[in-house]
Amino acid sequence: MSTSQAPLIPAPGETRRRPLVVMRSVSKMFSSGTLALSDMSLTVEGGEFVSLLGPSGCGKSTALRIIAGLGDVSTGTIDWPSSRINSKGLPEGDISFVFQEPTLMPWQTVFGNVYLPLKLRGVSKSSARDEIMKTLATVGLQDFADAYPRELSGGMKMRVSIARALVTKPKLLLMDEPFAALDEITRQKLNDDVLRLWRETGITVIFVTHSVFESAYLSNRIVVMKARPGRVHADFPLKTSMSRDAHYRTSEDYRQACEKVSNMLLEAIGGEEH
Amino acid sequence: MTDTDIALVPPKPGFLSRNRDTLLRTLVPICVVICLVLLWQFIITVNSIPQYILPGPLAVANSLYNDWGTLSPALWVTTQITMQALALALIGGVSIAVFLIQSKWIETAFYPITVILQVTPIVAIAPLILIYAPTTQVALLICAFLVAFFPILSNMVQGLKSVDHNLLNLFDLYGASRWQTLLYLKLPSSLPYFMTGLRIGGGLALIAAVVAEFAAGSAGAGSGLAFRLLESQYRLNIPRLFAALILLSLLGVVIFAITSFISWFFLHRWHESSLKREN
Repeated sequence: MSTSQAPLIPAPGETRRRPLVVMRSVSKMFSSGTLALSDMSLTVEGGEFVSLLGPSGCGKSTALRIIAGLGDVSTGTIDWPSSRINSKGLPEGDISFVFQEPTLMPWQTVFGNVYLPLKLRGVSKSSARDEIMKTLATVGLQDFADAYPRELSGGMKMRVSIARALVTKPKLLLMDEPFAALDEITRQKLNDDVLRLWRETGITVIFVTHSVFESAYLSNRIVVMKARPGRVHADFPLKTSMSRDAHYRTSEDYRQACEKVSNMLLEAIGGEEH
Repeated sequence: MTDTDIALVPPKPGFLSRNRDTLLRTLVPICVVICLVLLWQFIITVNSIPQYILPGPLAVANSLYNDWGTLSPALWVTTQITMQALALALIGGVSIAVFLIQSKWIETAFYPITVILQVTPIVAIAPLILIYAPTTQVALLICAFLVAFFPILSNMVQGLKSVDHNLLNLFDLYGASRWQTLLYLKLPSSLPYFMTGLRIGGGLALIAAVVAEFAAGSAGAGSGLAFRLLESQYRLNIPRLFAALILLSLLGVVIFAITSFISWFFLHRWHESSLKREN
């Protein structure tokens, strides 16, 4: 319990902007009486890649869902200083969510699934077509627009899910253990894809995972959480001068990052037993 | 084919081998039916069973041909009642299911009523309906509707409530309206359940139309197949009874084929139930 929340350090070279989302002392009590999240504060700047890492039951998914506006907070507030807020207190069209499962509509083609967010906004199919095909191309699925989800592999379904999240050009992409169910090879490939998309689009990502290696590979900031009740244990930036690619995976930088993250996680888990 | 007998290029299959599966699938049941009919005729002839106890297939075919003038309008009436009842049951079942899932309270309040309607034996309320309905036709329609309606309703309610929670979350996230969620998510996602309801409802509508007509038979002005069936029994015209029975079976088969085709048509691209399992 010795580690306090590290103050937020803006990434080097990045101009100081208004934060994208600010959680202030957010607590969440489930109707069963479980305190899923206790007094969590988190400020995420635009362009960050934040991983929420922790053991199961630490409330990392709950935190993500609360940010997405799925479920109310028991106490605390969530602010969107740089977004236009709609009547529900959510930023208008600025968030996208990728679930652990691909969560595709099986009765729609790949195209139809990616079209969904635009359809719900009232964009006609013909005017959305170009954008959809462009987004499908960024995840390498331009040839599968007419395929049905059941015809795709697990990794491809996930790509469709990511394409659907990106098609609205959101500012914030929330990913809830998106690759946990995939095999290691597919997972690495998709990790690289997500990093590439993050670099190309300048999107902000909050990524929930229970994998030390995944979080150390992807993020430039890691929030380690601990369970019962779910709360923030440590919050620190992860800097590297290297570009994060296959070479980085075998570098000393990456090893050190993994060690640091791993120690923090062990602390978070160990603290539980005392 | 033995192990040594490996052809690098598989020979182009001929028509017979290409369609062997389909041919067998069609021919085998047809042969079985033909054999059974022959056996039927054989037993009748050998034991010289009189026609008023059990007519042979020839006598039935004869009656089907000769009495077509009487039977065909009856067939048409029964078909109409069944189809209209099924159509009404589809509209009613789906719209009431959509109404029921709007809130927990609505469901709690109204679901028991639909169950009571379902579990009450239809023959028992048929006389009542006969009193209140303006014509016998309408009474039959109401009976058949009541029976076909429930499986569609209960399947539809189940389907509308079985929507993937993450997809519901996704629709919430994108700010979908209630109407959009119903139209783009809940209805398509309950399509497999609807199809189950349709297949069960289609069969039940015919059964209910027949049963209701049995009950209504004495009310006169009956002209459906069920009435013709009873009438043939009273007159000891057993071949015609069989002919009516065969027409009823055929109608049932056609309804089953149509509903199965509709189900296949809408689900074969995406739903596991309509897919061939490949391992």
